[in-house]
Amino acid sequence: MLNLLRELKDLRKKGVLGMNRRNISYIGRYNERRLYPLVDNKLTSKRLAIEAGVSVPALLGVVASQHGIATTELALREQSGFCLKPAKGSGGKGIMVIRRGAEGGYLRSNGQVISSEELRRHMSNILAGLFSLGGAPDQVLVEALLECDPSLTGYSHEGVPDLRLIVFQGVPVMAMMRLACAASHGKANLHQGAVGVGISIADGRAVLAVQKDAPIKRHPDTGMDLRALQVPRWQEMLELGCNCADMTGLGYLGVDLVLDKHLGPALLELNARPGLSIQIANGAGLLPRLREVEALRNPARLSVAERIAFAQDHF
Amino acid sequence: MTWLRHKTHDVPWLPGEKRQVWSVEARVEFEAQGEPVKVSLAVPQTQTRFERLAEYTASPGYGLAFVENGRERRAEWSIRNADGPQTLYYRLDLLVDPSLAVADTAPPLEAPSNLFDDSPHATSALHLLDNAVERSADNFTLARELILEFNLQKQSAGFLEQRQARSRWLKQLLNYAQVPAREVKVLTLEDGRRRQRLQTYLQVFQGDHYQLFDPRSGRVGLSPNQVMWEYRSGSVLELIGGSQSDVSFSIINQEIPVSQGLEKEGDHFSLLEFSIHSLPVEEQALFKGILLVPVGVLVVVLMRVLVGLRTSGTFMPVLIALSFIQTSLLTGLAGFLLIVGVGLVIRSYLSHLSLLLVARISAVIISVIAMVAVFTVIAYELGLNEGMKITLFPMIILSWTIERMSILWEEEGPHEVFVQGGGSLLVALIAYLLMTNDIVRHLTFNFIGLQLVFMALVLLLGGYTGYRLLELRRFSVLGKGD
Repeated sequence: MLNLLRELKDLRKKGVLGMNRRNISYIGRYNERRLYPLVDNKLTSKRLAIEAGVSVPALLGVVASQHGIATTELALREQSGFCLKPAKGSGGKGIMVIRRGAEGGYLRSNGQVISSEELRRHMSNILAGLFSLGGAPDQVLVEALLECDPSLTGYSHEGVPDLRLIVFQGVPVMAMMRLACAASHGKANLHQGAVGVGISIADGRAVLAVQKDAPIKRHPDTGMDLRALQVPRWQEMLELGCNCADMTGLGYLGVDLVLDKHLGPALLELNARPGLSIQIANGAGLLPRLREVEALRNPARLSVAERIAFAQDHF
Repeated sequence: MTWLRHKTHDVPWLPGEKRQVWSVEARVEFEAQGEPVKVSLAVPQTQTRFERLAEYTASPGYGLAFVENGRERRAEWSIRNADGPQTLYYRLDLLVDPSLAVADTAPPLEAPSNLFDDSPHATSALHLLDNAVERSADNFTLARELILEFNLQKQSAGFLEQRQARSRWLKQLLNYAQVPAREVKVLTLEDGRRRQRLQTYLQVFQGDHYQLFDPRSGRVGLSPNQVMWEYRSGSVLELIGGSQSDVSFSIINQEIPVSQGLEKEGDHFSLLEFSIHSLPVEEQALFKGILLVPVGVLVVVLMRVLVGLRTSGTFMPVLIALSFIQTSLLTGLAGFLLIVGVGLVIRSYLSHLSLLLVARISAVIISVIAMVAVFTVIAYELGLNEGMKITLFPMIILSWTIERMSILWEEEGPHEVFVQGGGSLLVALIAYLLMTNDIVRHLTFNFIGLQLVFMALVLLLGGYTGYRLLELRRFSVLGKGD
């Protein structure tokens, strides 16, 4: 019991944001319900991004009905690689990355061979709403594959590393790099065993790396020194994150970005209910930073450059 | 409001500190045929352990009289003209008084009926009686041995029962052996039961004493919560001018202060005038269950918001807990694990068939029903009556659980399935323990105002911004960082 109380005090002192406070004081207060569909439907957010001039992975096709599956699958045989996503999926559920194998078959990102029948079944499942919130009928997005920027290869095993930014009232407050590894089966969610690297907002350098809540120094599969990680084109990444927040109008937003070999910084996904593990990867609580932004007068009136400057000064 | 009820109506805070009163409501239903109708219902007297406190009837338009004929009482309703479906209510409050003993006089022996001729039925019945007489010493042991004989000689018993009910045979055979006996209709009192039926028991006399026998098991005596409803070997319900008659019983248990129970004896005691208590007993029994749901819901809110347990589906634990109440805990748990386990296996086969989602869920629902049927039959054959109660699980909820768990298994691995499944079961267990607690049941039913308290608690918890208990562990790495 005493132990618990001491822990509670430590967390308070660190300003760790808990699930309840996140839901009530931040998501509930700063995110308007009517804006959720912009983020919860990847197709809508993609169209929004294209309108706002934010670069995104190319959209190869959309499947909206069961009979569209066969034609889409035929068309996909021409592609060297692509990615299937449920439009309303959450937490990375239902995402399937496919590459063309040597003999022309489909390969999943982990090297597993997959038949075209299985591929169709997966699309059919997505349409039926297996991965969507509340089981609502869904659409399949077919996206072009991203290619990892050479400066980051080696940091991620099976899968492109992505950068998660928490943007609060237009100000980036915390960042983390998520690296897939063998333990996470190519997935980039921390609770599935992916490596999380806290990134300093000021300069894009790594501050701490964790896997399964335990600090680590090297990538478990590639052996790269994680503390040497520095996100390239950091200013551009921050600007992109701010632009994304502005275009949705959401006050508390998780932005997932990637650095593509050809596109440069690109938007992968938006999230109106970003998780809290980012605090573990940074070894710091979110609350003090959120409060500093809340103390700002009219952060919305500041320009993107001013907001980034503020963030880099303070965090 | 709750305080007011305690003060002005003297409703006790805790169960058990006052006298126990069973309210039994008989509901007579029949189809009237547009002629004069006469309905006669046997109603119980004060008897050993139960004192008749008060009785009420609800029967719009009907004339009512209580007819006393020897020791038998009957309620008689009459009306000049009635048509269509009719419902009559008779409600009785019985005060439990363990020290009360009412002697009963033996019925006259019935003359041996013409059943005891040279027919094969008579031969085989008398054979059973002979065997029993040999092993018996007095009237009671004879009755016991006779029932035992019926249970041993299954073939003869089955043959006899083709002709008339076992209890009727037992009575006639005992009378034939000069033992006064009669059939009585017994009602099992169980709190919150609706649509209960009467069971036939055998009342056997020896001088001024009598004992009751279960004609099936041969068990002697009534359990403390069984009351004799009809004991003249007559019929429970007689109806003239109607058809398709039916009687069913609803029962609830109440605690009332001793003083009040005695004072108001005999007249309509308006314990709680404007409340659920003025509803018919059947509806009250229903409400007794419904009023417990907020307790379960509160547990879910507590566990999710304060502790941070993950459950599969928000309110599934409450539904599971409700089914546990119906099935009893152990059978419920075993049945739940069994069905979900086998369901997961079936579901993993279904996933090979590449079905559409809706079709697959439907297939799971049908398999779940089939499984429940199979398990129930197996349990019944093995003599486990408890197994029959598995059927009370909500099928659709079970099927969705199986589907969700199976997807979880495929995507996150078995660990997550155990976390969420275990979380759901744990919450269901806590909810079950609370919902079956006597004090909780008593409070929720007698103090409706508590619902507002639950509401307030839920609203309070909804605004809780502190850490969840499990978050302390999740973020403990952060706390130690200093």
